[in-house]
Amino acid sequence: MAKITMREAISQALMEEMDRDPAVFIIGEEVGVWGGTYAVTKGFYDKYGPDRVKDTPIAENAIIGAAIGAAMVGQRPIAELMTINFAFSAMDYVVNQAPKLHYMFGGQFQVPMVIRAVGGGGRQLGATHSQTPDAIFAHFPGLKVVSPGTPEDAKGLLKTAIRSNDPVLFIEHATMYQVRGDVPDGEYLIPIGESKVQREGKDATIVTYCKGLELSMKAAEELSKEGIEVEIVDLRTLRPLDMGPVIESFKKTNRAVIVEEGWKSYGVGAEVTSRIYEEAFDYIDAPIIRVAQKEVPLPYNRTLEQAALPQPPDIVAAVKEVLK
Amino acid sequence: MKKEQLLDLYHQMVLIRRVEERGAELYQAGKIGGFMHLYIGQEAVSTGLIAAREPRDRVITAYRDHGVAINCGIAVNEVMAELLGKATGMSKGKGGSMHMASVEKNFWGGHAIVGGHLPIASGLALGDQYAKNDNVTICMFGDGATNIGYFHEALNLAKAWGLRVLWVCENNKYGMGTSVERASAVADIQQKAEGYSMKHSQVDGMDVLKVYEAAKEAIDYVRTESQPYLLEVMTYRYRGHSMGDPERYRKQEEVKKWQENDPIGIFRKHLLEKKTVPTKGLDEIEAQVEQEVNQAVEFAETSPEPTMEDLFANIYVE
Repeated sequence: MAKITMREAISQALMEEMDRDPAVFIIGEEVGVWGGTYAVTKGFYDKYGPDRVKDTPIAENAIIGAAIGAAMVGQRPIAELMTINFAFSAMDYVVNQAPKLHYMFGGQFQVPMVIRAVGGGGRQLGATHSQTPDAIFAHFPGLKVVSPGTPEDAKGLLKTAIRSNDPVLFIEHATMYQVRGDVPDGEYLIPIGESKVQREGKDATIVTYCKGLELSMKAAEELSKEGIEVEIVDLRTLRPLDMGPVIESFKKTNRAVIVEEGWKSYGVGAEVTSRIYEEAFDYIDAPIIRVAQKEVPLPYNRTLEQAALPQPPDIVAAVKEVLK
Repeated sequence: MKKEQLLDLYHQMVLIRRVEERGAELYQAGKIGGFMHLYIGQEAVSTGLIAAREPRDRVITAYRDHGVAINCGIAVNEVMAELLGKATGMSKGKGGSMHMASVEKNFWGGHAIVGGHLPIASGLALGDQYAKNDNVTICMFGDGATNIGYFHEALNLAKAWGLRVLWVCENNKYGMGTSVERASAVADIQQKAEGYSMKHSQVDGMDVLKVYEAAKEAIDYVRTESQPYLLEVMTYRYRGHSMGDPERYRKQEEVKKWQENDPIGIFRKHLLEKKTVPTKGLDEIEAQVEQEVNQAVEFAETSPEPTMEDLFANIYVE
């Protein structure tokens, strides 16, 4: 076990897979000479050269469209979107092309591509650069949507994503690159589509992922001081969604809070809540509560921005509410 | 070009036309659903173009793709079965008229979002550049696609990175019902290549041999120079944009005028004048096509529907 940052974990995954498979290359804005706008690919350009670390024009349709084409003819591109907000510029490719080409042509085409995208608020970047629109992408069959909350999961899931023969949207959080965590020594893979219990407890279940995991862990510490032990289930993959560990935990606690950084309306929490109603109705002892972002475009002002984002005290309050 | 090859081109053009004429009938009869865009009038373009490629050269096009599918060598049975949405279609009945393709024939679709396949074409060529081979990607699109952002991002990337793409604009004068003059800042579409310092030319798309010669030259340039090229092919579609087109944007006299310059008629006349083949030889080809199409319609009509298992198949590879 070694303690490394999220940035190092992602960087290691990329490097290990590039070393393993010559078909893997990186394509995106400032991934090369600059070293990545979040410094994830620092040193890659010198190590692998311009053919495998491709700096593109600032043109998201060209980036994702070209990655799809290269994947169709057998390469394994990792396309980087500087922020997930730029996926909207290339929305046709992310949701309307990549996830459909295999199905629509009767299985003839494969698109073994990863789109790495940085999302999330909290960096005072204003409304167009701070979104957590994960649920939108998870809406589309044919796309796999992964969003890890620990360095261990980030590394293992990204390596699996690169080896996957399906298009994978891999969502990282802009404020989590310095988060540290234990990572196993040597090579390991974590399957896409498996939720995981990140903290065991008996009183209530928190279902969350990515940044929500960090916030929920903090809330759990506070609650523990008051004798409340929550179980935290980390979805890790939004599509295909693995409800198994969620339902199992819920049948034990009979109470749930869903935490996500995106907006509540039509969000991940809405989906998970519905699935609990569908799959474990008889076990519900209290209304399920969602903790999410306030329904506003995220403002620049730090105080306002933090007020709009979900915080550990919101989670603490929600857990106490479901325990009433 | 050898006699056999000339007759093969004639066969392909007549086959496309008859497949589509029968397709239109089947559409009217309610046996084909969705959108269907006919290629009738434009047969010389893809026929000449694809005859000029080597098998390793890739082809990708928009939704007016039945002709391209046939030129690439997909069996007419599979084309007809896909139109009827049957399990025996090349896309197993899940793609329909606009989504024909064959990896085996190096035909990469059949794409229904206007301009959407252009950056993908750059990507096919990028894949080949990465693999260090000199395959050429031939990307066909309509005049309408040159007004959308995808076109510019794709051409810019191709030129900036020296990708081997032959961009082929099939200028059939209308993007749906809006004429080039009304929709494009530059009516002379090939000029758009200038903005990317890309070589370009224009060719008469009603003459299959002219298209073939221009395409040969352009493909050779793309391959040897490792540079993209824009070929504008002047053509005309006789039918509406799709089957549900009221055609208020043009007069029937205009259509008639172009029909006098029919690509199959021109080629037929050429073959007879050059004494490549007597009338009887061409009549035989037409009779053979009639048989092929009848057989394809029967194959499609008697083919099984996709199953409920197929509904959930191929969402993911794994």
